[in-house]
Amino acid sequence: MNTPQDPKNALASPLASRTGSLVHAAVRSRLVWPAVALIALLVTNVVKSPNFLSIRIQDGHLFGSLIDILRNGAPIVLVALGMTLVIATRGIDLSVGAVVAISGAFALSIIGGSDNPNSMGVVLGAVAASLVFALVLGAWNGLLIAVFGIQPIIATLILMTAGRGIAMLITEGQILTVSSAPYKVIGGGYWFALPASIIIAAALFALVAILTRKTALGMLIESVGINPEASRLAGVSSRVIIFMVYTFSAVCAAIAGLMISSNITAADANSAGLWIEMDAILAVVLGGTSLAGGRYSLTGTLIGAFVIQTLTTTVYSIGIAPEITLVFKALVVIAVVLLQAPRTRAGFARLRSRKGPSVPSAPREKAIVR
Amino acid sequence: MKKILGLALTGALLVSMVGCAAGGGDESGGGGDDELIVGFSQVGAESGWRTANTKDIQGAFEEAGIELKFSDAQGKQENQIKAIRSYIQQQVDVIAFSPVVESGWDTVLNEAKDAGIPVVLTDRAVDSEDDTLYESFLGSDFIIEGERAGAWVLEEFADADVVNVVELQGTTGAAPANDRAQGFRDAIAGEDKFEIIASQTGDFTRAGGKQVMEAFLKSNPDIDLVYAHNDDMGLGAIEAIEAAGLVPGTDIKIVTVDAVKDGMQALADGKINFIVECSPLLGAQLVDIVTTLHDGGSVEKRIVTEETTFTQEQAIEALPDRQY
Repeated sequence: MNTPQDPKNALASPLASRTGSLVHAAVRSRLVWPAVALIALLVTNVVKSPNFLSIRIQDGHLFGSLIDILRNGAPIVLVALGMTLVIATRGIDLSVGAVVAISGAFALSIIGGSDNPNSMGVVLGAVAASLVFALVLGAWNGLLIAVFGIQPIIATLILMTAGRGIAMLITEGQILTVSSAPYKVIGGGYWFALPASIIIAAALFALVAILTRKTALGMLIESVGINPEASRLAGVSSRVIIFMVYTFSAVCAAIAGLMISSNITAADANSAGLWIEMDAILAVVLGGTSLAGGRYSLTGTLIGAFVIQTLTTTVYSIGIAPEITLVFKALVVIAVVLLQAPRTRAGFARLRSRKGPSVPSAPREKAIVR
Repeated sequence: MKKILGLALTGALLVSMVGCAAGGGDESGGGGDDELIVGFSQVGAESGWRTANTKDIQGAFEEAGIELKFSDAQGKQENQIKAIRSYIQQQVDVIAFSPVVESGWDTVLNEAKDAGIPVVLTDRAVDSEDDTLYESFLGSDFIIEGERAGAWVLEEFADADVVNVVELQGTTGAAPANDRAQGFRDAIAGEDKFEIIASQTGDFTRAGGKQVMEAFLKSNPDIDLVYAHNDDMGLGAIEAIEAAGLVPGTDIKIVTVDAVKDGMQALADGKINFIVECSPLLGAQLVDIVTTLHDGGSVEKRIVTEETTFTQEQAIEALPDRQY
């Protein structure tokens, strides 16, 4: 996802292209540690149970731990995707967990209340209704932030707190269990032998990547995040951009909510998506996007989300005692964040350049200085 | 950053104030001589069992004409401590609560004691050494529940040579999780053929039970029995087992605790093999305790709810009348 540099490279002098490749390297080194963490976790699993990576066909679809990670990771990927764009505008969306709970509850209450829960039409209608509901919720956040100028953390805190209550009202405090074959596909089913949830997440991810990186949209989002006032004066309609990212974030969360409720064929208003906002923010940060807004990395978010999901799966697979699970997770996260910190990376760079003249980074740095 | 933090705190405060106002009900100051007011802090609504418990308590108090101030801690101890403090401030007559976790209650319970408000624990215990901090503990004996599950397992696998058990634990640190694990281990301790090969928390939720079971199925090829600390995790495990191409209840036996409607349905369908009941219907007994305390009487320190167990045949019989 280094494409924002590409337009510059196109009209570039040799100097600019060299700078470009250096920036490219920097982007890569930002992602290097989360990627290393991901690989390290997978290796740990393989050491513990050698057939961890093995995938077999079961009832016509792929089956294995990696498939589980993809399927269970899909909701985090989606929520983190929406969160990335929000954070790029220097915002934050705390309400995604509540939206997850609402969308699952809303869809299942419609399907459960219908005469024929197994009808495709009913399920599609319920999914559409949930997504429209999410659009409204996202627009509410967008309105508070873009129009009324309320701090994002406060504006979304309102829905975070109230939203779970709304979900509880919809389910009347019960766990709604509804068995509906077409609905089950979204989070627990398979298309082309792959989990449907990961295909949905991948499609949305690709759509966002194309929309923001092949058009000016991504640059506009970044400009709003870097300096909202300056970008407004430069003719960027920051309000529209901000309104849009919150609405989109809610829609992503709603799809994640459909997946989570579909996966267990039940809407659990109290625990569905609980703390997923924190996982999503963590995924974005692990992926190297700064909470201060501006430049963001979708690939980084993707890696970050899978680090989190793999971490969870690892805890279950290698049998970490429940009492120390959270400590184990914290240690992994601290390690990655520390390794990623600018100081640490600068230290590594110095170490490398000391090794000898064969390292090409030194002359390049001179080129920039000039 | 400071500014943002300040704003966040103000926001949180506002939201929680709105919450209080909504939950507070009418404006009577509480603590009147004739009018009995009870403050109740529930764990949350993490399972079907819990919501049945909430409904039964609310219904019983309404029927008895006693005002109940109800708050939901959403699974967080700090919310519960806040709720109890607000009940102390409102000078309710009796405080009842189901502790989210076992430890860390001494300070707030001492505050209630100093204010002269009797406290009743429902469903879950606290591990405080000073048992004068509460009047009574009404609820199931989770150790006995674990032992009952273990006793069934001993009988079911009487002829087996080796039994690989995986355990889906409740929320780490919660009394039912600790005690159900303990009781089960006590029951099977005498027999070497039982081995608990994996044990992990599923947080009492279906999603948790499913994800943990998926991982167990991959890392342990020969699982004979799942012991889930509640029905919901067992239901999640059923989905994971089916997805792995195995038949729950046959290839892998499942024993759970609770007996909520969805669990009983699965038991009747043969997907679960045995359920130890943990009755959520504490409302009537709680009303009795509260009125006795209010009239100046004394109550037993430990009151155990009456409970049974269900086999698949019994579940088919009991299912039509199951309310929760």
